[in-house]
Amino acid sequence: MTASPKLIVIGGSWGGIQASLQILQQLPPDYSIPIVLVLHQLRNNEGNLQQVYQKKIKLRAVEIEEKESINSGYVYLAPTNYHVLIENDYTFALDDSELENYSRPSIDVTFTSAADVFGDQVIGILLSGASKDGSSGLKYIFEKQGKAIVQNPEEAEVDTMPQAAIDLIPGCSIMNLTSIQAFLLSLHVS
Amino acid sequence: MKHSSEILFEQDVESLLKDIHLQYGYDFNGYARASVYRRIKRFLAHKHLNSLQELRAPLFADSFFFENFLQEVTVNVTEMFRDPSFFLSLRQHVLPILSTYPFIKIWDAGCSTGEELFSLAILLKEEGLLERTKIYATDINQKVLKQAKEGIFSAKHMPAYTAAYYAAGGKQEFSSYYTSNYGSVKFNSSLVKNVVFYPHNLATDSSFNEFHLILCRNVLIYFGRELQERVFNLFDESLVSLGYLGLGKKETLSMSGISGNYMAVDKNNRIYRKQN
Repeated sequence: MTASPKLIVIGGSWGGIQASLQILQQLPPDYSIPIVLVLHQLRNNEGNLQQVYQKKIKLRAVEIEEKESINSGYVYLAPTNYHVLIENDYTFALDDSELENYSRPSIDVTFTSAADVFGDQVIGILLSGASKDGSSGLKYIFEKQGKAIVQNPEEAEVDTMPQAAIDLIPGCSIMNLTSIQAFLLSLHVS
Repeated sequence: MKHSSEILFEQDVESLLKDIHLQYGYDFNGYARASVYRRIKRFLAHKHLNSLQELRAPLFADSFFFENFLQEVTVNVTEMFRDPSFFLSLRQHVLPILSTYPFIKIWDAGCSTGEELFSLAILLKEEGLLERTKIYATDINQKVLKQAKEGIFSAKHMPAYTAAYYAAGGKQEFSSYYTSNYGSVKFNSSLVKNVVFYPHNLATDSSFNEFHLILCRNVLIYFGRELQERVFNLFDESLVSLGYLGLGKKETLSMSGISGNYMAVDKNNRIYRKQN
């Protein structure tokens, strides 16, 4: 990774909520890099993920709105039952097409799209989950010289997802949640 | 930095889309880019084509191949009773008002393969309105219109559709609306007796009637801002005074130029009513 990062994309499934909360909790409210969070959820679930995050983190947590522009200080949550793509002008585009890896939102879809737009200025982080979604998207980020981080499977609540990524991407960074958090904090420009 | 292969891909796609417009009259200009690029990449992979150059020859020589391309690039994924709360809200807030009209006209814009159309027809039947309702079901793609008319869907989705139907306030045995055969189900054709199937392109075609209710769900997300605005104006022209507009869960009227003349009947479910 050469350039300064412009976007952090985080994917997770089973155990991903807790893991991502742990990473995001210590980030300051004016954290300088926008964060997009794609978590697998039940279809047609009308849950309150946004409130859950809003209570526990200092950044503003919002569910992604169609064509919304991407700004720092926010954690953008993928809405249930939509894929999240990113446009060249740094706005979100939602998509309700086929499930990928049995999932919508799919982590692969967002990771791939983020790498197409931001290239080596994107950081992809894959957390705990009982799925193979995310690994090929993270590989794509890695191939475009972005940074590919995988939660240490030994620490993950379910290791299927991180392990699938590690098997697919020799050279990805394997980190514990505390190290991921410290790394993200070190990128903050105040 | 953006890779040169990405930039090259974008340039080639744009030139391809321009040629499609010239030869076939389909204008993708106003479509949201990220999604179009992704779907073209998917189509290439699916057809085992290595480049956009390889796609050109069959695309421009073979109109059936083009129809297939069109079907893949314009998203046709749909479900019955998707977002059950939307249909429940229609049932509770909109249909009782429409029931006071002697004759009801509805436009299902971008009806795709018809799952939503049959959901709507079932709703109207259960509220006693189907007989005096005319529905115009339109889509850019003739192939999906034909599928919609047939009303045949895969049986494997039925458990999920049944659950969604009851969540939407369903009043009957859901299975009473269809017959099963060899892994497929066919919905009773009486449900679409009063439906007119008609090819219509929201990007280029104009208004063709006046309606009491327009449903256009998860179509606008694939359009850019300008094209969205065009479609909102088209709907505005096509709605009677006090008519209703139903959008997808993540689509909103609030950013459009016509929003001042609409009131949200159900903000969360994106159901709006024209004010004059």
